[in-house]
Amino acid sequence: MGLQGWRNVLALKTSKNNNRAAWQRAFPVPLSHSQITRLYSRFHSLDKGENGALSREDFQRIPELAINPLGDRIINAFFPEGEDQANFRGFMRTLAHFRPVEDNEKNKDLTSGEPLNSRTNKLLFAFRLYDLDRDDKISRDELLQVLRMMVGVNISDEQLGSIADRTIQEADTNGDMCISFSEFIKVLEKVDVEQKMSIRFLH
Amino acid sequence: MSPFNNLLCMLLGISFTVWFTLLLVFIIVPAIFGLSFGIRGLYMKTPSCSLSGCIIAKEPTSLEEELKEIRRNGPSPSTSEFEMSDTFYFCRRGIESIVDDEVTKRFTAEELESWNLLTRSNYNFQHISTRLTVLWGLGVVIRYGFLLPLRLTLAITGVSLLVVFTTMIGFLPNGRVKHFLSEKVHLMCYRICVRALTAIITYHHSENKPKNGGICVANHTSPIDVIILASDGCYAMVGQIHGGLMGLIQKSMVKACPHIWFERSEVKDRHLVAKRLSDHVKDKSKLPILIFPEGTCINNTSVMMFKKGSFEIASTVYPVAIKYDPRFGDAFWNSSKFGMVNYLLRMMSSWAIVCSVWYLPPMSRQEGEDAVQFANRVKAAIARQGGLVDLLWDGGLKRGKVKDTFKEEQQKLYSKILVGTQENRSRS
Repeated sequence: MGLQGWRNVLALKTSKNNNRAAWQRAFPVPLSHSQITRLYSRFHSLDKGENGALSREDFQRIPELAINPLGDRIINAFFPEGEDQANFRGFMRTLAHFRPVEDNEKNKDLTSGEPLNSRTNKLLFAFRLYDLDRDDKISRDELLQVLRMMVGVNISDEQLGSIADRTIQEADTNGDMCISFSEFIKVLEKVDVEQKMSIRFLH
Repeated sequence: MSPFNNLLCMLLGISFTVWFTLLLVFIIVPAIFGLSFGIRGLYMKTPSCSLSGCIIAKEPTSLEEELKEIRRNGPSPSTSEFEMSDTFYFCRRGIESIVDDEVTKRFTAEELESWNLLTRSNYNFQHISTRLTVLWGLGVVIRYGFLLPLRLTLAITGVSLLVVFTTMIGFLPNGRVKHFLSEKVHLMCYRICVRALTAIITYHHSENKPKNGGICVANHTSPIDVIILASDGCYAMVGQIHGGLMGLIQKSMVKACPHIWFERSEVKDRHLVAKRLSDHVKDKSKLPILIFPEGTCINNTSVMMFKKGSFEIASTVYPVAIKYDPRFGDAFWNSSKFGMVNYLLRMMSSWAIVCSVWYLPPMSRQEGEDAVQFANRVKAAIARQGGLVDLLWDGGLKRGKVKDTFKEEQQKLYSKILVGTQENRSRS
């Protein structure tokens, strides 16, 4: 689909959104006309402040997300380092991680860089969920914090601590008591990441 | 005096109906039919699942099933408790809810598959063709030039008559005459208001109409629901006393027959509310109470949680389902976007309000059923009849945050899976 095609699709009545044109030029996302339009319409309906960007509160307003134990971490994934607003480009980028991997893409050797929804990038998304301080390794503390988010008050500190210790022990190969991204990939090499970290877009 | 007024009302009603029927038959219907064939070709190709967001297909698996599946291929499937891949489930669910969730879309007007010539219901308004724009322009002229002024006059007539006559009836001593007159006046004025909105209502199963001493519950889409139901039967209204014009109407209505109006301070006191409702219901000479248990306006695609207060009162419940046809005018009142006056003006400048009302058979609380279960049973019946989605979420989420207890439930569930595995380990 050419650039002009996208321009037509997105000629919505709010012509004031300059992000969209920039995004179209810089970053083509392989979704169909109707999918992009629906996602834009969804973005717009979440944007209560009508300023072309989403804040953390806008996400928190979705009840099903607010009750998700990892809700805050997922919301955080939409905001680049130090920023408080997510524009449509960022929104699409993050969601693009969850596109299913098409069969003909699985074995393609891409020269234009790895697509966002590759296995590695999906694993990177999951890795970043744990890596709270974005230093590219998961420390014991960070693991404990995420575990605490998932179990609430139902498991004691000692039990949680031992779970964390065991997990790090199993994954850590270079002995630094932290899990790096490559160690993370190794641990999950048999898991069907492509299917579990994808959402099925219709049409 | 009464027969004369009935005659006047009838004449007004008939002439308007005739006039409108001509309008409908000669202008609107051909326009709409002509358009339906034209639009689908010209309009952007919309996916077949265009109503209310079908962007993704959600996986209906539960937490437990999914974790088992993920772990099956993991490093040490049977012995370990926690796997780093456990986050995948929550992650995916979270992203799915960001793309499409069941709740937030209930608080904005429903999207239509094909356009009905009202810019307000077209979110992707773009210039598609001159022909369509001309037709839309013609529509605007008709709606704002003819329909709106006529409807406004009718509305003002209806409301003024209501206030004047109910005040006059208030001077009569309590008795059969007063009751009879009050009924006639209320019905007449509501019927004028129905004409003022050009509401085309189809009532089904009128044999199940609510009787004295009962409580009528219905799903809530807009303030117009009250007018629609009250033009077919007499009810005792329940609500908060407002100031201004609304307050005036409320005060005069209560002179003619007993409605239940609460002061703002009394609304918070649940026991007081329950007591007044029970007292009213016990008196068989009083009219059935009309209540909307959702507590707020929902966009008529779903029915949300019914507040249990009205179901705790020991009485027969008469459920009513109201379904609007959005093609002629969307009746949903988005109170965060429009005020009441703005909303009524929009209603009066739509083509028409078309709706169906189903009176469902009366239900009572059964043995061993508590108020919440009873409320859910009634809600399911209404949702089934009206073709609406039955949701457990609270309509209050329109304005408020979701309670933390729901998150805690999710956390508990996950903890059980983790700890459960530990128990199996210690046993083996």
